[in-house]
Amino acid sequence: MTPVLGLMVAQNIAFYVIAAIMVLAGLRVVTTNNVVHAALYLVVVLAGVAAQFLILGAEFIGVTQVLVYIGAVIVLFLFGIMLTRAKIGREDVTDHTGAVRGAALFTALLLTAVTVYSVLDWFRDVELPTETRTTTAQVSDSIFSQYIVAFEATSVLLLAALIGAIVIARKE
Amino acid sequence: MYLSQFLVLSAVLFSIGVYGVLARRNGVLVLMSIELILNAVNINLVAFGAFHGNIAGEVFALFVIAVAAAEVGVGLAIVLLIYRNRRSVDLDQVDTMRG
Repeated sequence: MTPVLGLMVAQNIAFYVIAAIMVLAGLRVVTTNNVVHAALYLVVVLAGVAAQFLILGAEFIGVTQVLVYIGAVIVLFLFGIMLTRAKIGREDVTDHTGAVRGAALFTALLLTAVTVYSVLDWFRDVELPTETRTTTAQVSDSIFSQYIVAFEATSVLLLAALIGAIVIARKE
Repeated sequence: MYLSQFLVLSAVLFSIGVYGVLARRNGVLVLMSIELILNAVNINLVAFGAFHGNIAGEVFALFVIAVAAAEVGVGLAIVLLIYRNRRSVDLDQVDTMRG
């Protein structure tokens, strides 16, 4: 049960520090009344996810996370905020009130309890291998051989989404 | 490192995202909460991929990222359309399809 101390201590410390920052920023994403602040806290969470990918040794997907999410998706969100809001700042219609919010909080807490309990029940003492690093070459070999059909389907999906978004959002 | 560290972090982020989807009325904020959920799933995929020494987890996480990008594009287009028609992104007021 006791892990080998010394070798993985640095990763563990990094994991817990980043995880704490991610959870706090995530809570701010769903509680702040300022929509722009929510988007900026979301940047912190996404950067934390990228850091966790790097801790897990997944270099390519960590870099992809930074490029796609922090580089593109957040910019899309900020455009959406700017195009749908007259004023930048606090807004009073961001959240439900009363019973709906209580029900949402209850659902989230119940979901947390059930998932955390079941995860710990099954995987409490399961250790990761000490060497989990995967290279970009391995990822590309896998994508362009075994998963080539899914990859092509993804490209068609992206094209369809692009055209669909233009058709939906254009002025008549 | 334990596998359960990453799984618990993912479960907590997932629950935060579910709370955001249920408790928010602003359409853009609901889309942000969905991004939280998808990222929690990605952490799970990569962690299990590392645990099994299998590249498939990372490959599927890449597909999830691509689908999430497409979803944000279409979702924001829909939110813009709602805003243009109603001058508001309050999802409570979008009830024309209510039976």
